[in-house]
Amino acid sequence: MMTQMVLRRIGIGFVTLLVVSLIVFMGTSILPGDVAQIILGQSATEETLAVLRAELGLDQPGYVRYFSWLGNMVSGDLGTSKAGGASISSLIDSRLGNTMKMAGLVALISIPFSVSLGLYAAMHPGTWLDRSVTFMTLSTISVPEFFIATLLVLILAVELHWLPSTAYLSGNESGVQLLKALAMPILTLVIVVSAQMIRMTRAGILNVMSSPYIEMAILKGVPRRRIILRHALLNAIGPIVNVIALNLAYLVSGVVIVETIFAYPGLAKLMIDGVQTRDLPLVQACAMIFCGTYVILILIADVASILANPRLRHPK
Amino acid sequence: MDKLLEVKDLRISAYNDDAVEIPIVKGVNFDIYKGQVVALIGESGSGKTTISLASLAYTKPGLEIVGGEILLKGEDVLKASPLRQRELRGASVAYLAQSAAATFNPAITIGEQVTESAVLHGVLTQEQATKRAEALYHALELPNPDRIGYRYPHQVSGGQLQRLMAAMALCGKPDLMVLDEPTTALDVTTQIEVLKAFKKVIREEDAAAIYVTHDLAVVAQIADHIVVLYGGEVMEQGTADQIINHPTHAYTRRLMDAVRPTPEAGQGSDVGEEHFREIPAVTVNRMTAGYGRKPNGEPAVTVLRDINVNVKNGHVVGVIGESGCGKSTLARVMAGLLPPSKGELKLDGNGLNGDMSDRSLEELQKIQFVFQMADTALNPKQEIGEIIGRPLEFYHGLTGKEKHQKVVEILEMVELTPEFVSRYPMELSGGQKQRINLARSLAANPEVMLCDEVTSALDSIVGANVIKLLTALRDKTGVSFVFISHDLSTVSSFADEIVVLYAGRVVEQGPTDEVLTPPFHPYTRLLISSVPEMRLGWLEETMNKREMAVGISKGVEITAVGCPFFNRCPVAIAGTCDTKTAPARELNDGHQISCHLTIDQLEQSEAHAAAQVAKMQNEPTSPSAA
Repeated sequence: MMTQMVLRRIGIGFVTLLVVSLIVFMGTSILPGDVAQIILGQSATEETLAVLRAELGLDQPGYVRYFSWLGNMVSGDLGTSKAGGASISSLIDSRLGNTMKMAGLVALISIPFSVSLGLYAAMHPGTWLDRSVTFMTLSTISVPEFFIATLLVLILAVELHWLPSTAYLSGNESGVQLLKALAMPILTLVIVVSAQMIRMTRAGILNVMSSPYIEMAILKGVPRRRIILRHALLNAIGPIVNVIALNLAYLVSGVVIVETIFAYPGLAKLMIDGVQTRDLPLVQACAMIFCGTYVILILIADVASILANPRLRHPK
Repeated sequence: MDKLLEVKDLRISAYNDDAVEIPIVKGVNFDIYKGQVVALIGESGSGKTTISLASLAYTKPGLEIVGGEILLKGEDVLKASPLRQRELRGASVAYLAQSAAATFNPAITIGEQVTESAVLHGVLTQEQATKRAEALYHALELPNPDRIGYRYPHQVSGGQLQRLMAAMALCGKPDLMVLDEPTTALDVTTQIEVLKAFKKVIREEDAAAIYVTHDLAVVAQIADHIVVLYGGEVMEQGTADQIINHPTHAYTRRLMDAVRPTPEAGQGSDVGEEHFREIPAVTVNRMTAGYGRKPNGEPAVTVLRDINVNVKNGHVVGVIGESGCGKSTLARVMAGLLPPSKGELKLDGNGLNGDMSDRSLEELQKIQFVFQMADTALNPKQEIGEIIGRPLEFYHGLTGKEKHQKVVEILEMVELTPEFVSRYPMELSGGQKQRINLARSLAANPEVMLCDEVTSALDSIVGANVIKLLTALRDKTGVSFVFISHDLSTVSSFADEIVVLYAGRVVEQGPTDEVLTPPFHPYTRLLISSVPEMRLGWLEETMNKREMAVGISKGVEITAVGCPFFNRCPVAIAGTCDTKTAPARELNDGHQISCHLTIDQLEQSEAHAAAQVAKMQNEPTSPSAA
């Protein structure tokens, strides 16, 4: 039964990706103007436009273009940038590496940090520490990330001169230089993503803490620490994993503001550049990577919560 | 005898939002000696659970122990340090909760949960604890004692979980067990099996216990000493014999009166002539229903098979059976919530669509559903006036003053004052909420009300009042009731007809008096014998009856062929009962028994029963673990 559920969930993931690809393609198609107009600019005549469109395959019906685009993408060919003429794969390659580097580092710090802080707050509800955690997380959730980033730049770079204010990478930094360059965007992102994860861990645990089986554990004389780690955490894992997955996906796709502020050459920034130059194939490719990340991460989270459910793992 | 626990002038209070103290327990005194079972009895709100939890130095959130002492072997547990209190819990005092299904952690194996406390407190090593747990599983007569510890709570039945909880409490060899309504949520046949197991291990382990319940009949079977509580005060206390046989306090006698009578013929009321009509209000004809759908159109899980039931106008039809037998499913089919896969439904003699969405407004209005839990069935954000007003508006188009007037009228019918219009469900007591729940259905002015276990969550006195109300409503409005319950006593006290369901089939049905007098279907017999009677020694006597020997040791199995009761039936004929569907035998007055035995044979088997009892008593009882 469980294998069936997992397989079905994976199947749904694939369907979602397909639907997303259709939406991405249609979304970019209904934008006014096309690549031919952008390339030729003001001097375009009807004839030159038609010739270029034929050359780029833009004169074919929508569904033909969709399927050839989809087919190419599945076989790994992301096409060539319509604005610069370079292959999109090579454009994305280095940027994706940068984004993954940053996302990975942020995840490595923020996940253990937030889960343990959330657990700690849940273990001592109502204490000053719990209250200050609640206050801090609420504040950082409500404040937009550019404000946090700017505040950090103001304090750490402008006032204290501890860290550089930009995170531009030339590609041949030493380890320490790299760390110094990335420190500020990482700090910003850790603050932004941790708040949600801390709150969800705390809320998830406290929600389970009001169940009769926790009261039973108390009445059995089980120490509070063990109650939380053994009795409560197992039953709260579903929502916590889901929030972690959502935040990881955000680290890949939603960090454009942070990348812009720190001039960090990541994937999100590449996509914005693509939008500005009307480089639709580039935008489509980036959008597909972002959506794919979301779909896959949520898929992993869902499968994890299926696996964590003993009713599904051990059927009657 | 040694004093084990002394409760002295215990006082517990709650504090409301304005920090005003509300006393819950007002100076309670009682003692427990070694090897003694002391029962705390009283209706809900009497403080019995609060007192029992205090012996573990624990209070529910919002409550506070404000005075008194609880001495466990001379040590005041209330003054002990938090660390010491934690040591006492599980090791010296163990707790058994009402619902084992909720108190077992769904994510941890049974074995770990049973042994956890003993190992944590250093009473036993993991190995010793696992061994002891296995011995306890044996003693509690659980199936596969060597394997059951590796299973998860959802993989065993409710009755088994309840016994596993006893193993969990006993594993650390506590001095005192606190049992909080441990059998209230169980079916009668399961209750008997659990009670028997509890009694046996308490005796074998020489443990002392506090037994919290509102059910005097159960208390009579298990307690040595009884403390009667009301409003947080002790009304009366004494030995079981004193309290059960010679109660002196008026409140104790009131409790006695509210004890559900043993199911007997001659209690059901007859229909008033004025509401009688030839055509039944609802007819269910050769109906089969279940959940899920196979490609051939049959349900994936068939719950009800070949059901024939008539609900006559102004009649109360009691549907009884154990949990999982399909009682609620029958009501859901009638209401149109679950379209049947076969068979037909009729309303006032006309065809009725099985799917609610294809029924007309009038048909919907005529059949109303009353859900079991008023707590969850009433929208907490709506005022009572809105809750009752909604069906008036929807079915009868009433608005404004007219609607308000009708709401007040309906409130009067359920014996509530007009002030309730502007209250919220949260401000009401359990019994009042159930009245509102009934009033909402009543507002539609239905012909049939489907009541699904409406008194099961209420304690006996409140429940008895709701039954009185239902009878009054029937006499006043001529509405028919389908009254679903697992409680035979309640059903037999006011139903005109009884339908006995077993594993999705009707095994017996007919007028109440006929169903409750011999000859019985073997299952009806088992049900009737399982209802606890309020006298000492009833449990032992009953355990020796022949229908108990097979009946309570096995569980319900839903079978596609043969009689589903085959594996629990003392008079089953192998080769016939398990292969062929039992014929419905007609007796007088529409009384029907589905059994392979003829009516004569059933009557003879009743006569043989007495002889069998004598034989059973000579046989050794089942071997018990050391």
